[in-house]
Amino acid sequence: MSQLVESKLDPKDAVLSEICDAGDPWMAEVKKGQIFRILDLEGNQAVDTLFYSAADPEERYSAVDTITRQAQLYLTTGSVLYSSEGNPMLTIVADTCGRHDTLGGACSCESNTVRYSLEKYAMHSCRDTFMHGLNHCACATNRNMSKRDITANINFFMNVPVTAEGGLSFADGISGAGKYVEMRAEIDVVVLISNCPQLNNPCNAYNPTPVQLLVWNA
Amino acid sequence: MHPYDSKNIIWEETIPGGTHWSCMIRRGTALRVTDLEGGANLSALFYNPEDKLERYNMPDTLKAQHTAFLTTGNACYSDMGRVMCSIINDTVGWHDTMCGLSDATIVEAQYGKATFQTHRNAMYRNGKDNVLIELAKYGMGKRDLTPSVNFFSKVMPDDAGNLRFVEGHSVTGNFVDVRFDMNVLLVLSAAPHPLDKKTNYQPAAVKLSAWHAGLADADDVCRNSSAQNSRGFVNTERYY
Repeated sequence: MSQLVESKLDPKDAVLSEICDAGDPWMAEVKKGQIFRILDLEGNQAVDTLFYSAADPEERYSAVDTITRQAQLYLTTGSVLYSSEGNPMLTIVADTCGRHDTLGGACSCESNTVRYSLEKYAMHSCRDTFMHGLNHCACATNRNMSKRDITANINFFMNVPVTAEGGLSFADGISGAGKYVEMRAEIDVVVLISNCPQLNNPCNAYNPTPVQLLVWNA
Repeated sequence: MHPYDSKNIIWEETIPGGTHWSCMIRRGTALRVTDLEGGANLSALFYNPEDKLERYNMPDTLKAQHTAFLTTGNACYSDMGRVMCSIINDTVGWHDTMCGLSDATIVEAQYGKATFQTHRNAMYRNGKDNVLIELAKYGMGKRDLTPSVNFFSKVMPDDAGNLRFVEGHSVTGNFVDVRFDMNVLLVLSAAPHPLDKKTNYQPAAVKLSAWHAGLADADDVCRNSSAQNSRGFVNTERYY
């Protein structure tokens, strides 16, 4: 499944355009009807992303609801991102990459010790970035969000193929410089991003790079 | 570590199809979970009772072991890099952890409605409400929900990622032996898998049989199934 669809939106018309550097968090609200784009500026950059209902962050992106309600593992144009209450939160309306992951989760100090070496604990990781974002971004502090709200996320631009035999791997990325994914918010959402700093596997081509976030009004 | 022996069972519990259950399971205890009627689906959530923010983490479990399903040799990881429990024996071969829980909408759309008022304890229950009831007993709620392990269920992807629920995957008498490597608050639901295509609501009962298995030895099947798991067990052992 891969639905390559280009957007007709012009970045000059965007109401928000910001850069998130490699290894940094980014949080913002996207209102119902607005279009949210994530642009892979230099290519092969995993963007670990969570969504929350802006009205009640207890309702949040659910990887398993998204997978099960569409009987589909990968995300591309047409995919609906479902909440933990089974409600559509966003719909992917354009995608020039073709496949995004929601099984691989976010890297952490703790999972790095398991996956690579007990000595890797000190390396920067997505879940540390999420913690930092929750500590500092008003979107999160105003809502008393914490580690309790961190759940299985989306990895935009990341390629985690699963075989019929049940094999799972972190494969080389299929994204490239200038590729993007664009989604329409179906409710007011809070976006929490960790622009992945992982250096131990090919999810960022061993060179984490910045991404651009853009929002257009409906 | 002591494998299953029917002479050493310390307690048994039958979980009727569709219902829910929870218990604190101590480190070193193992449960033989048996599908009593075939086609069971037992959804499980795991929490550290000392710090309930430490909980089963599906992505960390799958990526550490490069697998999309669970069977003998696999460990179930917490978000803190520790092995919470592990599968020491299994006659099923594939347990799902990608698909989560059914909810009230899914169950009603598929099976219709059967309330307590009309059906008493044969009412149709769903996975999400089941585990939320159990979690509430410990002061926990929706923010504590994570992707579950769905014991006895198999969901296969094709090359394009389309998922297919495998009917008849588990048969009567199938079992999986789960050893608890940490103290774990275990929350269970025996409601149908969300992708089960049956239209009659007849979820199968399961039986839990507990014994004192002890901890993973140096030659343990789960500890040695990968270098990742050997490090995961070290993380668990350092915690205690």
